[in-house]
Amino acid sequence: MSRFNPDRRRLLHALGASTALAAAAGIPGTSLAAVASKRGKTIGHVVVVGAGFGGATAAKYLRKWSDGAIEVTLIERNKQFVSCPASNEVLGGNRAYDSLVHGYDGLRKNWGIRLVHASVTGIDADKRRVRTDTAGDFAYDRLVLAPGFDFIYGDIAGYDAKAQESILHAWKAGPQTLALRKQLEDLPAGGTYVLSIPKAPYRCPPGPYERASQIAWYFKTHKPGSKVIILDANDKVISKEKLFLGVWESDYKDIIEYRPGWNVVAVDPVARIVTSELGDKERGEVLNLLPPQRAADIARVAGVVNVNDRWADVDWISLESTAVRNIHILGDALQAAPLMPKSAHMANQHGKAAAAAIVEILSGREPQPTLMANNCYSLIDDKRAIHVDSVHRYHPEKKVPLVVDGSGGVSKEPSVEEGLYTRAWATTMWKDSLS
Amino acid sequence: MKKTALAIVGSLTALAALAGPGSTTTPAPGRTPYFAANCANCHGTDGKAASAIPPIAGRDRAYLEESMKAFKNGTRPATIMHQLAKGYTDEEIAILAEYFAKQK
Repeated sequence: MSRFNPDRRRLLHALGASTALAAAAGIPGTSLAAVASKRGKTIGHVVVVGAGFGGATAAKYLRKWSDGAIEVTLIERNKQFVSCPASNEVLGGNRAYDSLVHGYDGLRKNWGIRLVHASVTGIDADKRRVRTDTAGDFAYDRLVLAPGFDFIYGDIAGYDAKAQESILHAWKAGPQTLALRKQLEDLPAGGTYVLSIPKAPYRCPPGPYERASQIAWYFKTHKPGSKVIILDANDKVISKEKLFLGVWESDYKDIIEYRPGWNVVAVDPVARIVTSELGDKERGEVLNLLPPQRAADIARVAGVVNVNDRWADVDWISLESTAVRNIHILGDALQAAPLMPKSAHMANQHGKAAAAAIVEILSGREPQPTLMANNCYSLIDDKRAIHVDSVHRYHPEKKVPLVVDGSGGVSKEPSVEEGLYTRAWATTMWKDSLS
Repeated sequence: MKKTALAIVGSLTALAALAGPGSTTTPAPGRTPYFAANCANCHGTDGKAASAIPPIAGRDRAYLEESMKAFKNGTRPATIMHQLAKGYTDEEIAILAEYFAKQK
């Protein structure tokens, strides 16, 4: 709570008091209507903020593993879920956008989760209350924060609100995915697409390289003479390096140009030129810039951002914040454990780890460290895919999950078989997290 | 040196697994082995999925256990399971096999 603005704290206290009055007066939306568990006994109420892969999974598994004894309220500002995994396929013209879009009804109907569509505007950790813009306040025994990330636009000079209208990131799937696809379709044959990658850590380490491959495939099959220029602030391809470099050499030799150590620090949105730290310039008809990233705003509001002013540190047994008690944090917002990527697969696993710990805590038991696994597939054309995977086991002395020695690895080569598994994985991930 | 340390950690984990309730991965009787949900991302919740990825719910316990061990020791080829299976102890593999065999 050290980062909590004192004025905001006073405001919240005042709001807490008025909400208590509202609850006493029986105003809907502020009382905690109990969802009856199968056993008829409630052991606690958990509020989950954010229904992405991490938050949705945590909500579902809290209900499943407590056999309904934990009430769960899931607060999410969007009415629909749009999947980032598989969205690069849309950009390549290999998947319909609609297949990325999913509802939240399964969580409500199958698991009795109370879904609230609102934005969280404040968190009072002392009173254990979450405040929303349109749905009132919610009290919690435990809070799960799965806020995702926000961009640090200020790190790229000129990337202001106006520039953001035409120069897209499409790194949160949704309208930007469709808009970037449209820009690529409108690009005349022979045109140039420029993709910039921030220094790690950022969401989905292999994602930019998959995106470049998907768009190169599209150019190869539909836009002869067009180019993909990758400007990577990192000094090398940071995921599946040999596999991506191999594919680019064998399949996209005259299409993809890869430039490591190229950190975009400025953009001229009119001339469509980006400038590097060293003063190099590059122009593209379509610019796709990925600014550096940090834990999303709501993590700051909660006061849990305590690593480099960017990420949230947690206890790796319970995934509870090391800054604020009773708040568990998942997904991209975390200061990751060694070699643990910011991925949808990992966020889902964080959701399960936090759910398990909370079930133990609310049952009066000590939470135990569990195992987590990750797998990230990348489709490199319309059919073939590659993967990187790992298994992470809690190390009791270092107090952090480490990759199990000898586990994990990457594909031997791209294959159609893994392409089929990639699409099956996406479908299964949506079901495991959302229904 | 590193290997020795890891071996110790490994055997501690095995001991913990045998110790029952309160251990890293072994559930108390009647409780869910939480780490079985690691498999759900690809194989579906409780191992139930109809997709290109082989289903594991309701399959023969011994078949599941021997498959995982064969992936782990490299005698059965795979795209990814030979890499993931190496992350689990034999005791954990037995728990996973028992759990998924029971899912209907």
